[in-house]
Amino acid sequence: MAKVAEIFETMEYGPAPESNKEALAWLAQHNGRFGHFIGGAFTEPAATFDVIDPSTGKLLAKVGDGSKADVDAAVAAARAALPAWKGLAPHARARYLYALARGVQKHSRLLAVLESMDNGKSVRETRDIDVPLVARHFYHHAGWAQLLDTEFAGHEAIGVVGQIIPWNFPLLMLAWKIAPALAAGNTVVLKPAEFTPLTAMAFAEIARDAGLPPGVVNLVNGHGETGAAIVDHPDVDKIAFTGSTDVGRIIRKATAGSGKKLSLELGGKSPFIVYDDADLDSVVEGVVDAIWFNQGQVCCAGSRLLVQEGVAERLVAKLRARMEKLRIGSPLDKAIDMGAIVAPVQLERIRGLVQQGVDEGATMWQPSWACPTEGSFYPPTLFTGVQPSSTIAQVEIFGPVLVAMTFRTPEESVALANNTPFGLAASVWTESINLALDIAPKIKAGVVWINSTNLFDAAAGFGGYRESGFGREGGREGLWEYVKRSNVKPAKATKPAAALRPASAKVESTEGLPAIDRTPKLFIGGKQARPDGAYTRRIVSPSGAAVGEAPEGNRKDIRNAVEAAHAAKGWGRATGHNRAQILYYLGENLATRADEFAARIDALTERGRKAARHEVDAAIARLFTYAAWADKYDGAVHSVPIRGVAIAMNEPIGVMGLACDDASPLLGMISLVAPAIAMGNTVIVVPSQVHPLAATDFYSVLETSDVPAGVVNLVTGDRDALAKVLAEHDDVEAVWYCGTQAGAKAVELASAGNMKRTWTSWEPRDWLDRETGEGREFLRAATQVKNVWVPYGE
Amino acid sequence: MTAKPNLTLVAPRPVPAGPVDRNPGMPLDLDAVRALRVNRSAVERRAATMGTRRTVKKEWQAAWLLRAITLMDLTTLSGDDTPGNVQRLCAKARNPLRADLVEALGVGKLGIKVGAVCVYHALVPAAVEALEGSGIPVAAVSTGFPAGLSPVPQRLEEIRASVAAGAKEIDIVITRAHVLTGNWEALYDEVKQFREACGEAHMKSILATGELATLGNVARASLVAMQAGSDFIKTSTGKEGVNATIPFGLVMCRMIREYFEQTGYAVGFKPAGGIRTAKTALEFLYLMKEELGDRWLRADLFRFGASALLTDIERQLEHFTTQRYSAAHRHPMP
Repeated sequence: MAKVAEIFETMEYGPAPESNKEALAWLAQHNGRFGHFIGGAFTEPAATFDVIDPSTGKLLAKVGDGSKADVDAAVAAARAALPAWKGLAPHARARYLYALARGVQKHSRLLAVLESMDNGKSVRETRDIDVPLVARHFYHHAGWAQLLDTEFAGHEAIGVVGQIIPWNFPLLMLAWKIAPALAAGNTVVLKPAEFTPLTAMAFAEIARDAGLPPGVVNLVNGHGETGAAIVDHPDVDKIAFTGSTDVGRIIRKATAGSGKKLSLELGGKSPFIVYDDADLDSVVEGVVDAIWFNQGQVCCAGSRLLVQEGVAERLVAKLRARMEKLRIGSPLDKAIDMGAIVAPVQLERIRGLVQQGVDEGATMWQPSWACPTEGSFYPPTLFTGVQPSSTIAQVEIFGPVLVAMTFRTPEESVALANNTPFGLAASVWTESINLALDIAPKIKAGVVWINSTNLFDAAAGFGGYRESGFGREGGREGLWEYVKRSNVKPAKATKPAAALRPASAKVESTEGLPAIDRTPKLFIGGKQARPDGAYTRRIVSPSGAAVGEAPEGNRKDIRNAVEAAHAAKGWGRATGHNRAQILYYLGENLATRADEFAARIDALTERGRKAARHEVDAAIARLFTYAAWADKYDGAVHSVPIRGVAIAMNEPIGVMGLACDDASPLLGMISLVAPAIAMGNTVIVVPSQVHPLAATDFYSVLETSDVPAGVVNLVTGDRDALAKVLAEHDDVEAVWYCGTQAGAKAVELASAGNMKRTWTSWEPRDWLDRETGEGREFLRAATQVKNVWVPYGE
Repeated sequence: MTAKPNLTLVAPRPVPAGPVDRNPGMPLDLDAVRALRVNRSAVERRAATMGTRRTVKKEWQAAWLLRAITLMDLTTLSGDDTPGNVQRLCAKARNPLRADLVEALGVGKLGIKVGAVCVYHALVPAAVEALEGSGIPVAAVSTGFPAGLSPVPQRLEEIRASVAAGAKEIDIVITRAHVLTGNWEALYDEVKQFREACGEAHMKSILATGELATLGNVARASLVAMQAGSDFIKTSTGKEGVNATIPFGLVMCRMIREYFEQTGYAVGFKPAGGIRTAKTALEFLYLMKEELGDRWLRADLFRFGASALLTDIERQLEHFTTQRYSAAHRHPMP
């Protein structure tokens, strides 16, 4: 016991290992070998890969490397299970999800220990954060299963969902994917990350023991090729992916034009903004939770520290002192702050980027203590003297590396915060509620934490803006990703596009005099503009009668229109009431010219004056619908387990491209433009290519209705060519496309450039039908949800 | 863009390993007091993980619990205190652990005894007598404890009387109203007067955190009490509705750090009230080690105000030596 007297003097911490006995026994029980979980049973592994404990480099298990045949079998099992699962009463599905939540809780310590061994993250985190959040997610979604038919009336499960998850929160990401999918009645084929498949295997046992019907959840282990087989599988209806932006981009391209619904939760370089009136000691702990949580291997890690100049030195000094106190070591030690990096390849990547930071001239600082030499460990690292142009300020390091920059004013802090292609999360530290709530909406990020960081809950949506992906996980907003409308009515097929010909000046004569020439133009930035290319498209009716000419817009016209739309972004800050007034006014002014528009539509479509008038009246009503919505599409206050609120705000996406179909020349356009601008977006519209003249007539209505310049821009011409230019434009944030499957594919392919949101359809809609042609579906597509977490209490 | 090429950073002040100079206080710095910001939710989040990020097991736990004993102001503050129960307490203070446990732990040479015995003024003579030759100081609660609302001259006189009676440490209480009304000058003057009255006796300023309404007030009161010359700042009398909690402790420790960085004087911390279990005591030790450093794990800079805590620590230590769960009645009562 001499040791006790010695420690009495030194007051050091000692080892405090969590036992891995049960987890090892569980691995042994499976002979350290796992196949896949398909149709309710584990398969015998054929080819396997090694699963390694990153803190020791030792082998934990051998796991089957999923082949295309394995994926086929899993998809087939999911497809077979779908009708019964989807057909279950909501209450029955709720019972299953409840059982999964209970099962996770019952085996919580096994899961926590296994996760720690497999991933290298500290058992404190898996025990206190990961696993409780997993159980919470299943509980919360048991509730959505119960309420699905009433709260999501008119919607149904999408079908078989392919899901691919990362290694940083293996079980939690599984829960985020599986719980909402199952609650909504989908069946699942999920690929765990190859570094960390073990808790998924334990979950499969829990699911089996909970009596989950075979085939509802299928797990296929493997690498990228296995994931690709899921993504490419023709019988998968939706892909949900969490991982790097690079892979997200590949998936976006691979699914382009396939009709598969897609949600992507990708990378980030999230700002952590500290104003000079913040509680700096609490800020320091916030930073610990932001960038040294899970060794910084967190997509929403607050990895860019932006500090107001006046407090920068004090904060950095405090941070360094705090870093000295962090403890790194065996993940199963209950008294450490940081565990191991998931794999040597990641460790090398971190080392390389840190070296690059040093080479580029930033000041690197690490605490004086040494990391364990065995296993993949990396110390907490702080860079100061970093410029926005530094590599380490731009790329996602995905490690315990923080880069610090300073700012002078709130405005500059927002500029720096948004100076990134990403937009996942942000943390804002100030004791001024005015400042906090002013900054939160200005930051391009799906989640903003006020005086806090890395708070997660099943009731609040999580997901990104920009290249951090799209779609939300958690909350009501997350459920929408797993349902589709069950009541969309198709319209008649479109007619072939008119061919581009040299302009022929056909002039109608009236009362013995030649008619005055009317030259429709493009409408850009509130001005009528001649097309850059100076070509004109001859517009003919279905019977071949010449109706007029439309300007032939090209990529430069699109470029100009996008500039104009950006210049008009104040529209997004206008009040809902203000936007409503303008939409009503559009309706009013369209009504006064209803006969003229009806005549034009009739000339274009030859469907008869009555039908044409019907379309105009429907367009007026549609404008009223979205005028009505402009001040009513409210966000939500989520019930999250903190003393505080999580405010889900519906924000405009920004600059949107809208490509219209030919079914209803005016109404089809209004049906896209009105919801987009009602929500505060500015738009570049490519009107019906066949019947563009109803759109060109419309710009004078825009001009007389006080629509600010640049809010609506019209570029007529070759729809698919122009839509592709819009989809390729990195300063366009969303594209809606109504047209052909080939055109949709081109748009979706091109959208991968900046991961813009796309909404495409090639099944023509019946725009005249209110249920199909308007409503919340359009408003959801025109907005993105930002969750602002505001803890309070004095 | 705006980042400075290099931040010039002052290295943290070193803390002396040996005896620290007494805090002489400083002029009231109202700007510093008013600039303080405390975010309650963030403080609570940090506090919540204090006991989950750190733990000590086996020999380490035993050693840390022994250390906790030496940091204890073994306390009785009851209306029915008599020389008899104070003598019993003092005897326990000299021999806080059963001899067989001391032997089993192999710590006989350490001479484990408590940090001080804390009593009301009336019991100071009895305690001084009972502790004679032990080296254990007597601490007296003073200044109209617990409410601190008796006339100022009487409060000052009470300090002098306790010091005269042999108390080496004086635990004063502040006027909460000064904090609640933001009258920092009055608080400063009051504590400064108390300190002068203490003379050579060390002064612990009880903030009564449970009655200060907000963590911001706790921070401001802490800083003013240190500027006025407190040797220790202490959470509670033990008589408030809420006493020593980790969030209070965290805020006060951060202020001690702030004051040390500004002045170079190390002020001690004493949580008191409600610390009944070995587990809670360890959490406070983690707090000290993490926020202030090892130097604040010595009796000149850290004390627990406790009475029931000792018995729980004895039970845990017996469990460590025998691997059997112990019972309170197996240990001599304080």
